[in-house]
Amino acid sequence: MTDSSDPTGDLVVHALRQIEAVPGWSLRTWELLIRQARYADLLARIAALLKARGQLDAVQAAPRAHLHAALAVARSQHEEIDREVLHLGRALADAGQPLVLLKGAAYLQAGLPAGVGRIFSDTDILVPKHSLPEVESRLMMHGWMAGHHTAYDQRYYREWMHEIPPLEHSRRGTVVDVHHAILPETARLKPDPAKLLAAVQPVARAADIFVLQPTDMVLHSMTHLFHNEDLSHGLRDLSDLDLLLRHFGAEPGFWDRLVSRGTELDLARPLHYGLRCANLILDTPVPAEALRAAGLAGPAWPLSRLMDSLWWRALRSQHPSCAAPFTSTALFLLYVRAHWLRMPPLLLMRHLSIKAWQRTRPVQATAP
Amino acid sequence: MRVCDLAPGQLQHLLGGSGLRLRTGPFVTCIRSSLDEVRDGVALHYGQHPVESDDGFADFEVAVDRKPGLRRWLKPQVRFLVDGEDIFTPLPGDQGFPMLEWGLNWCVSGLAHQYLTLHAAVLEREGGALILPAPSGSGKSTLCAGLLFNGWRLLSDELTLIEPDTCRIVPLPRPVSLKNASIDVIRAFAPQARFGAVVEETLKGRVAHFSPPHDAVSRADDRAAPGWIALPRYVAGAATNLQPLGKGRAMMRLVESAFNYNIHARRGFAALADLVERSDCFEFTYSRLDEAVQQFERLAMARAAGGA
Repeated sequence: MTDSSDPTGDLVVHALRQIEAVPGWSLRTWELLIRQARYADLLARIAALLKARGQLDAVQAAPRAHLHAALAVARSQHEEIDREVLHLGRALADAGQPLVLLKGAAYLQAGLPAGVGRIFSDTDILVPKHSLPEVESRLMMHGWMAGHHTAYDQRYYREWMHEIPPLEHSRRGTVVDVHHAILPETARLKPDPAKLLAAVQPVARAADIFVLQPTDMVLHSMTHLFHNEDLSHGLRDLSDLDLLLRHFGAEPGFWDRLVSRGTELDLARPLHYGLRCANLILDTPVPAEALRAAGLAGPAWPLSRLMDSLWWRALRSQHPSCAAPFTSTALFLLYVRAHWLRMPPLLLMRHLSIKAWQRTRPVQATAP
Repeated sequence: MRVCDLAPGQLQHLLGGSGLRLRTGPFVTCIRSSLDEVRDGVALHYGQHPVESDDGFADFEVAVDRKPGLRRWLKPQVRFLVDGEDIFTPLPGDQGFPMLEWGLNWCVSGLAHQYLTLHAAVLEREGGALILPAPSGSGKSTLCAGLLFNGWRLLSDELTLIEPDTCRIVPLPRPVSLKNASIDVIRAFAPQARFGAVVEETLKGRVAHFSPPHDAVSRADDRAAPGWIALPRYVAGAATNLQPLGKGRAMMRLVESAFNYNIHARRGFAALADLVERSDCFEFTYSRLDEAVQQFERLAMARAAGGA
């Protein structure tokens, strides 16, 4: 049976908050932790955090085997991303644009702690909107193909979204998401991608691979998380944010720059949610002054209380054993909110009715 | 405590309630099912396997049950759940036990990446492993069945687990699955084989399982060193023919048969290269099972004489 001193409920959050205590947990607690963490795509992260502390061998043998398995999967994905970034660099070498990586691939290439134990599904890049036709045709010449999308899906992406439909490599099966902004064109907040691109920085390992500057990387991570309609990886993304803040937060002047950059990029609200949730849920150290300054952009009472309770429920492993009362209601409300922030009401209604109509009919994919 | 030591009714009670914590080789699987055919299959084929206590660790959490909904009254289907998630296309209602077996294979090949896993039967003699990698329909399971009734110890008829760092092969003794004509071949060849129900019209045709021998289950902790690699091929009417196989080609065939070669990357390459280097490699064509068994007996005798 579980040890009476072990935590209960959402064990992944407990593990991320206090990784040093995890090796002492009982076998039954470990069994549930592994199931919850696998569900949240955080098993390799937990394994990597333990490994970095030299605590992997302190874990009992049976759960440790699963940690080694998760590390092997993450290692193979990281090697694949490394190769993919090389291929992207070659494909876009003379496109006249720097190769700017976003999210996981950026954390990994920049050697940040947020890349450690990160599980991937694709590589994300950011290019100026005017260069999209050039970038897309170069990628196609190098073997990346658009998948099957309906004419409506094509229009949805191309007119309203901040990315083109995902491109899949015909031989390697890898996927690249080409972004020209970090929020849809139709969203209420308007962060200017030109400002992001003007401030990119090369990574230490290669002069021709770029990532967003630290403040922007953090703001993008927050924007992505707090505008996402699908929160199945919400806790994974919050853990990324936690590791980014712990890492960059040690740089002098970082918090002031973060708050002012948030205002400059029209991302003050996601900044507020990001700092508050990371601090509340994962115990991320955030200076009181930064929390207060970012909080000025937060919603007023009682909406603030409601939002706290929604994020508290949504940003956890979605393994059935973690569900709190009203978790599914919270996820539904945040799903509606994400759409609401993404498009004006009339366009949203049209989009949702077209999607609902399409769901009643067999998919008729057309080649782009 | 083994499955056959459980008090009457207790197996059903565990399967229908908190789960049967069944040990197979290095893994403990928590199995839940309310289906009679699953309970009967487990009782018949896993009788000698250890049952772990409730406060231990389970590697996999699985369930086999009826797919809910109106269909269950008209044309029932069974589904396999891993940690509550439905991962396979449901199968017709009488295929609960084969589905459990395929599901358990999936758990190992899809999640247990601490091992480099080959789609291959593997047996042991004189401390050496005989690995039989082959696609379905090549006569791999039939040959494996023939050998395990003639002095070879069954490690697995389907999944060869290799420890990447030591290159040792880890036993995973479980029921042996036979298809179509092989079922009657083995019934005639080894009348002592304990067969369960034959299930008709599965995706793989007629399927039946027989129980793993007792010594295979009781020696599940005895790992084997590399010994032989043989690529079996059943060809109707063909003469028995064992031919040496180049190490390079053997390596390529192992890579093709690996489930998670990509995940192990360089370490996987090194482990397979080591395995091939330390094994005698052959291609093997056969049609007569008794001659095939004699052929491998000669290999085992040579190893014993060589003091390997």
